[in-house]
Amino acid sequence: MKRTIRDALITFRRTPLLSALSITTIAFSLFAFGLFGLVALNIRNALDKLEDRVELRAFVADGTAPEALASAASDIANYPEVLSATMVTQEQALARAKSELGDFRDVFEGATLPASIDVRIKPGSRDPATVKRVASRVRAFSFIDDVRYGEEWIEKLYRLRNIAGIAGLVLGLSFAVVSMIIIGATIRMAVLSRAQEISIMRLVGATDSYIRRPFLIEGITKGILGGLLALLLTYVARTLIDKYLIQTVFFDTRVTLLGLLFGALIGLIGSSFSVGRHLRRV
Amino acid sequence: MIRFTHVTKTYQRTGTAVDDVSLNIGKGEFVFFTGPSGAGKTTLLKMVYMEERPTSGEVRVSGTSSITARDREVAKLRRKLGIVFQDFRLLDNRTAEQNVAFALEVTGTPTAVIGPKVARVLTQVGLSGKGTAYPRELSGGEQQRVAIARALVNDPFVLIADEPTGNLDDRATRGIFQLLREINGAGTAVMMATHNLELIRRQEFRTIEMNRGAVVFDSHEQGARQARDG
Repeated sequence: MKRTIRDALITFRRTPLLSALSITTIAFSLFAFGLFGLVALNIRNALDKLEDRVELRAFVADGTAPEALASAASDIANYPEVLSATMVTQEQALARAKSELGDFRDVFEGATLPASIDVRIKPGSRDPATVKRVASRVRAFSFIDDVRYGEEWIEKLYRLRNIAGIAGLVLGLSFAVVSMIIIGATIRMAVLSRAQEISIMRLVGATDSYIRRPFLIEGITKGILGGLLALLLTYVARTLIDKYLIQTVFFDTRVTLLGLLFGALIGLIGSSFSVGRHLRRV
Repeated sequence: MIRFTHVTKTYQRTGTAVDDVSLNIGKGEFVFFTGPSGAGKTTLLKMVYMEERPTSGEVRVSGTSSITARDREVAKLRRKLGIVFQDFRLLDNRTAEQNVAFALEVTGTPTAVIGPKVARVLTQVGLSGKGTAYPRELSGGEQQRVAIARALVNDPFVLIADEPTGNLDDRATRGIFQLLREINGAGTAVMMATHNLELIRRQEFRTIEMNRGAVVFDSHEQGARQARDG
């Protein structure tokens, strides 16, 4: 085992440039995942908070009978996606507006505000499509003038989150492929430079898995180093954003470890493909 | 112990290297393989350590069959064989000791056993004082002794030597050959390919002559025939 580890480290010394390059590309790959993942994570977080307030407000035409209003509210409350539906009378609407606007309450002196039904959607049904569906059902009541909800905002945020997710995935995977190719090239050089040693190992009865092991360990080590570097880069980027732009959240330990594991996997795949191919030629 | 049964080896580009060879090599035997370049000696030896597999026929070495053996079994088999080449194949950046120890290290021998084993085998080949020398500091004959020490360190039942004296002068040749005889005397079989007819003529060992991939003469069979014919 000692010998295996020593052999694995030899390549770092023999091909420092290529080794550094493969570690850097793995780091870039994971950094891309990390950065866009962080954006997606934070949007997701924002959406969660926002969604807590996702509300439909259905404005009721003047002169609607309160009984009709009450029965409509209880109908709506029974929709599967709906958490609650509350009736707000003209007086209540006015009182609420005054309390919300504080210093500007005088504006509402003598004004009338329309009555409404305020609908809260169940968590898990707060995606744009579902909210839209509920809105159109509510709008179908003849005495409903208009339905308002933060449709544009929600859709935009969702789209942004998806774009961040996809961009991170595409960029990250591209870098992952590039780093596997570079690791492959490093291993190729390492195998060829040790061709004589390997052929003697075979001759005296070393198994293929024994011969392979240091190369695989080398790949995994590079992957983990790349992962650590990416973690550092992501953390620095996040800290800067926190300081100069907005408060954000970082990945939890589980996701961080998963990132490192993914780095190790990139290294392992890159090296095992290459070592398999080139050992046959030695 | 080693049995070739109707073994033919054909290469796509160069044609037939070994042509329908059947032979048997017993425990502790000393066998010369001779014949012109390209006669198939090297290919034959390669099939013993299963670097090459027959196109048809079967080679059995100590219970391992060329037909069924997987890579792992071949690796295990090679730990019981010693293999020596004309070009020594030593690692230049390692001392004589380290070159010999290498064979033990990569087959997972416990570190504690390696030192004494290496010392013993270096003494056996007459290099007890040169363990710390690098190959470039040794003569050709000495380098070949290191290679032989490496081949012997796993206590093989057969030593396969492909032109082991091909790069050596007369004196070194005689020394190496004497060493191989001693090794054989201790019970290890030796299969040696050589061009050196002078060497063979002076010996009473079994000689197999090959030409164009076929065995054209086997002193063993000749002897058996003479004994039979009276």
